[in-house]
Amino acid sequence: MEPTQQPGAGTRLDPWVDAYAARTRGLTASQVRALFAVASRPEVVSLAGGMPFVSALPLDAMADTVARLIRDRGAVALQYGSGQGDVRLREQILEVMAPVGVTAHPDDIVVTAGSQMALDLVVRVFCDPGDVVLVEAPTYVTALGVFSSYQCEVVHVPMDDEGLRPDALREAIDAARAAGKRVKLVYTIPSFHNPAGVCQGPARRAEVLEVVRSAGLLLLEDDPYGLLGFDGSVPRAIRADESEGVVYLGTFSKTIAAGLRVGWAVAPHGVREKLVLANETATLCPSNLTQLTISEYLATQPWFDQVKVFREVYRERRDALLESLAGLMPEGTRWTVPAGGFYSWVTLPDGLDAAAMLPRAVAALVAYVPGTGFFADGQGRQSLRLSYCYPEPERIREGVRRLAGVIETELEIVETFGSPTAVAEREGPSAPSPDLA
Amino acid sequence: MSRTTSGRVLVLAGGLSPERDVSIRSGRRVADALRTTGSDVELRDVDAALLPSLAAERPACVVPLLHGAAGEDGAVRDVLAALGLPFVGSDPTACRRAFDKPVASGLVAAAGVAVPASVALPHSTFRELGAIAVLDAVVARLGLPLMVKPTRGGSSLGATVVRSASELPAAMVASFAYGDTALIEHFVPGTEVAVSVVEGADGPRALPVVEVVADGGFYDYGARYTAGATEFFTPARLPDDVLATCATTAVTVHRTLGLRDWSRSDLVVDAAGTPWFLEVNVAPGMTETSTYPQAVLAAGLDLGELTAELVRRAISRG
Repeated sequence: MEPTQQPGAGTRLDPWVDAYAARTRGLTASQVRALFAVASRPEVVSLAGGMPFVSALPLDAMADTVARLIRDRGAVALQYGSGQGDVRLREQILEVMAPVGVTAHPDDIVVTAGSQMALDLVVRVFCDPGDVVLVEAPTYVTALGVFSSYQCEVVHVPMDDEGLRPDALREAIDAARAAGKRVKLVYTIPSFHNPAGVCQGPARRAEVLEVVRSAGLLLLEDDPYGLLGFDGSVPRAIRADESEGVVYLGTFSKTIAAGLRVGWAVAPHGVREKLVLANETATLCPSNLTQLTISEYLATQPWFDQVKVFREVYRERRDALLESLAGLMPEGTRWTVPAGGFYSWVTLPDGLDAAAMLPRAVAALVAYVPGTGFFADGQGRQSLRLSYCYPEPERIREGVRRLAGVIETELEIVETFGSPTAVAEREGPSAPSPDLA
Repeated sequence: MSRTTSGRVLVLAGGLSPERDVSIRSGRRVADALRTTGSDVELRDVDAALLPSLAAERPACVVPLLHGAAGEDGAVRDVLAALGLPFVGSDPTACRRAFDKPVASGLVAAAGVAVPASVALPHSTFRELGAIAVLDAVVARLGLPLMVKPTRGGSSLGATVVRSASELPAAMVASFAYGDTALIEHFVPGTEVAVSVVEGADGPRALPVVEVVADGGFYDYGARYTAGATEFFTPARLPDDVLATCATTAVTVHRTLGLRDWSRSDLVVDAAGTPWFLEVNVAPGMTETSTYPQAVLAAGLDLGELTAELVRRAISRG
């Protein structure tokens, strides 16, 4: 609608500006997001996004699957489905989860539009405004978006090389409770963490679980990368050892195809009932077409062999990244060594600010996600996330070469001006949209 | 009555500048507006396939809506001129004058327009002479508050208002992230206005003056492109004689820099009613929150008709 304006009256070009909910705070244009628009150009080596390399899929087989599905079962595939998800697919999901040790009944599973929707539903079901959610420092950027949209207070818990620190978790719970706050959830990505690139070992998982159990809290375990360990081992999910106190989130986005948007939650009975009803409220039902596509694919294709193909693709790219970092990064730069998944977390030399450096990087035709995007409280300025899942190894090497030059120049700038407190930017998204490579 | 343009009009938008997203939105808006006049319009990005495509298909006219370097520094227009393709907007030489803020300010000041005292310094100067000494000298000369911004580029990217000397180093770092030379200018408090200029048969004329009141006081990237974050008043809430002076100033800027077809001058009007020139845009933003389309609307014009007329003028001058 065209803005109308009375003489002398102003316009904000949005007639609804005073009507938005408080939870929309932060949904604004941002300089960082503007730079990611450039990163979508082919000249730019994007180490920013998290797009799975779906070109490695057997696309002909996928096409046959979809064609057969429409032809033979179109009346079902194109119809509404159950709010809990297709029952056959839920049975198959049990098989998919077998490697991570999760056992459940098909009725314990709620299929959702990607695990992002499952995450949203869990927070919707549990969190009132002001409730505290404990998360890793750093954590998955779009989980922060969900917590923000439900007006939760996010408390970051420090990590080490093995991920979430149980001692720090206990302290954070105690501190929040001592401050009179209501702690609702502990959110963790134990396997091949996004963005930190670290993995909780079995002992660490047991310790984390014990802290959460003793505090009487619900653990939200997000496991998109569990099957993507590069040495072929599959970390045992925390949910495998605790069925009542854990909601487990899984997805086909990394093992089959992100574009199909099929994920799931495994939840205790009472929680699951609420998730199903919340799912119906949010979407009526997950897409029958994409659920049945996944189901057919699982039934007719060697899906676990394909996971092995993905592992090998990503391992080769991880190696290219790590070799390049080791050979090119300026002194004082540190990074994590992921044993699986998509990401490495890089800490810049002292005094550098990854968000402030991003325009220079994009001008040099390389992109990353500044660390601040993975925190709700402004931490992460000296850090950035590098993603190696999408570019070919040679492009990754070129991207790291460009990034090294950018860091060298930035070091000169900081040497000239010291390490000034960064200019605060107006709030706004600091991570790329899902369709950025 | 609508008169269609003859032949295909190519709207160029996107590119590799940090204003790519803004440019794409500007391009879409103008392309859509042109289509409402019955024009045959293609919207495309600038990439390696552009030149062969231009040479082979030879559009009747090109509308470059690329923001930032390459788009506004004249480079792409140089190529269009070399190919003999008519295009809407200023010629490459004028673009270069306008895009470099210190150059534009110097020329505009010589024409009698008030410009804030400023100094443009490359990073190498600070490295060679020492940042503290240089910044102290700058503050001593220009006083506070200051505006620090890259000498080239728009949308307030890399721009910071500095109210105390301690904020200056961070502002320099922010500016140098977008370019090798920073413009440090005295910050003139007052009413921010944008004055769009359009050329017709009678020469350039100013459209109604748009006043910009950003939440938080600074018309930064978020304020520019988040609907609702800024309040606009058209015409600006200024006395008629001041509005007339703003209009004259924008036309003077347009003429002095040798601009063509359209431009938008950003001014600030101080308490005495004097408009100070801040910068000029040769490819004005045309997004949903940009000031140029608001001025067009306030003038009782139609963006599609107006652009189509500029296209016809460009074609006729060849």
